[in-house]
Amino acid sequence: MTNIWHNAGARGKLLCLLLLAVLVATPLAADRYLLSVLILVFYFAYLGQAWNLLMGFAGQLSLGHALYLGLGAYTATALWTLFGIGPWLGVFIAIPVAAAAGMFVGWLGWRFAIEGVYFALLTIAFAEFTRIGFDHLQVTGASAGLFLSVNSPGSDKWWNLGGGPLLYYYLALILAAGATFLVAYLRQSPLGYRWLAVREDPEAARAVGIDIFRARMIAMLFSASMTAVGGVFYGFYYRNLFPSQVFDIGRSIELILAPIIGGLGTIFGPVVGALILTPLGESLTALMEALGINAPGVKLIFYGLMLMVIISLRPDGVWPWLARRLGLSGARK
Amino acid sequence: MTALLSVRDLSKRFRGLAAVSNVGFDVAEGDIFAIIGPNGAGKTTLFNMIAGAMPCDGGTITFAGERIDGLRSDQAAQRGIGRTFQVVKPFPALTVEDNVVIGALLRTTSVNEARGIASEVLTQLDLIARKDQVASSLTLPDRKRLEVARALATRPKLLLLDEVMAGLRPTETDRIVAILRDLNRAGLTILLIEHVMRAVTALASRILVLHHGAKIAEGTPDAVLRDPAVIESYLGAEAL
Repeated sequence: MTNIWHNAGARGKLLCLLLLAVLVATPLAADRYLLSVLILVFYFAYLGQAWNLLMGFAGQLSLGHALYLGLGAYTATALWTLFGIGPWLGVFIAIPVAAAAGMFVGWLGWRFAIEGVYFALLTIAFAEFTRIGFDHLQVTGASAGLFLSVNSPGSDKWWNLGGGPLLYYYLALILAAGATFLVAYLRQSPLGYRWLAVREDPEAARAVGIDIFRARMIAMLFSASMTAVGGVFYGFYYRNLFPSQVFDIGRSIELILAPIIGGLGTIFGPVVGALILTPLGESLTALMEALGINAPGVKLIFYGLMLMVIISLRPDGVWPWLARRLGLSGARK
Repeated sequence: MTALLSVRDLSKRFRGLAAVSNVGFDVAEGDIFAIIGPNGAGKTTLFNMIAGAMPCDGGTITFAGERIDGLRSDQAAQRGIGRTFQVVKPFPALTVEDNVVIGALLRTTSVNEARGIASEVLTQLDLIARKDQVASSLTLPDRKRLEVARALATRPKLLLLDEVMAGLRPTETDRIVAILRDLNRAGLTILLIEHVMRAVTALASRILVLHHGAKIAEGTPDAVLRDPAVIESYLGAEAL
């Protein structure tokens, strides 16, 4: 039996459960605005986990995760608007669609020894092709976008992922917490060890009998599938989809910030990164609004600055440093 | 005598250069077989072909009765060939224990069992006190032993050691020699490339001498080290 608490210690367990309990109880006290910020925190923590699995654990840099996010979002949303197939079912179609795309990108890269930066370029290229493809795909509204009606019958029911902020709050919390447990479990499994070996030294990994192509493909399978689920959430939460937004490289970049700032290859890095970054970004937006300054892109500049500061001060991310401060041992790479 | 490893007419060319040409030899089960030769003689190339890290251009490699030429290195490892690298390749950010656990996971799907194997092997190689240290913080002699430990954890039938003594002090060399002898006594077949003659003569039951990619001598240490061709091409001034 794989023990996900192997590196955690009693204090780690306690803090982890305490945080979870606080977050479960938060809606009792929080207003709508705070809930919407927390929804974004969970959303980025979740996507950060998905991306971190591939980059932080298996060592493969993807700068095109918007592809899987967008395919997940479009598949589930289109199934609902075109065929009335609800998202709880649609997600099981969205996952294989995005996973297939991920496997194709992975196969193309790793089979033909396109590695490192070149692999990253390949992932960007596929997200871009797909964006252009969806810009011309009439059935999903092409560049004019795909909209989920708020008025059609049943669209406000939980089984169609409609409803108030509480539904999205708890759903996002479950996704983020579930992904964190999944990653913690995988990290302690034979598969997790293989990923670390492949990340650390592919040649040495082969020498101990690891099929590195297979290990990378499995990492991609998990990462793309998880990202697709995030995409379904995105589609039904925002209720409108534009290819130029969903498949944009900005989306791919935005979802890798939390794990980088929190700590690549750590289990809580994506969570901590999202907890730091998202509230700061939202506060900045609120501040600009209050000051009456209309400066689109200011949030991106802020994220860029944050990234520079964190990388120069804590190159391993905030979480390993924070965990040492808190006396936890769970931050081991 | 049944050979665990049998190499026939093995060749490798790098463009015009014949790195290894028509080399053949047998390693019997339970042997410690050493390959020596000057720098650039093709020893590591030969090794890489046996371990599957490099395809051969001609010839065959048979291991435990099965052809293994053309296999990838992970497939060779699965069939029971463990190896170390001349320039050590630990998993640098991982702990010593995790490095060895990864090796052990080749033979078990249980991480707990792998940890058990790892602690056994680490004890054997005097590394158990360092198990929680990150591999990149180890000294060179410790890293060399970690290489051996990780390879051993895969439970190989044949262990390929590429210059594990190079750069070690004589006392450290003797320590590894003693460990390898114990492992061999327990039934492990070892094929080693080595420059440190002190270790070769202490360990090897057979020696093969490679020069410019070709075999110039093979036999027991006594016979090989007295061979005039070997003295001229390799031992040279050192022996005179």
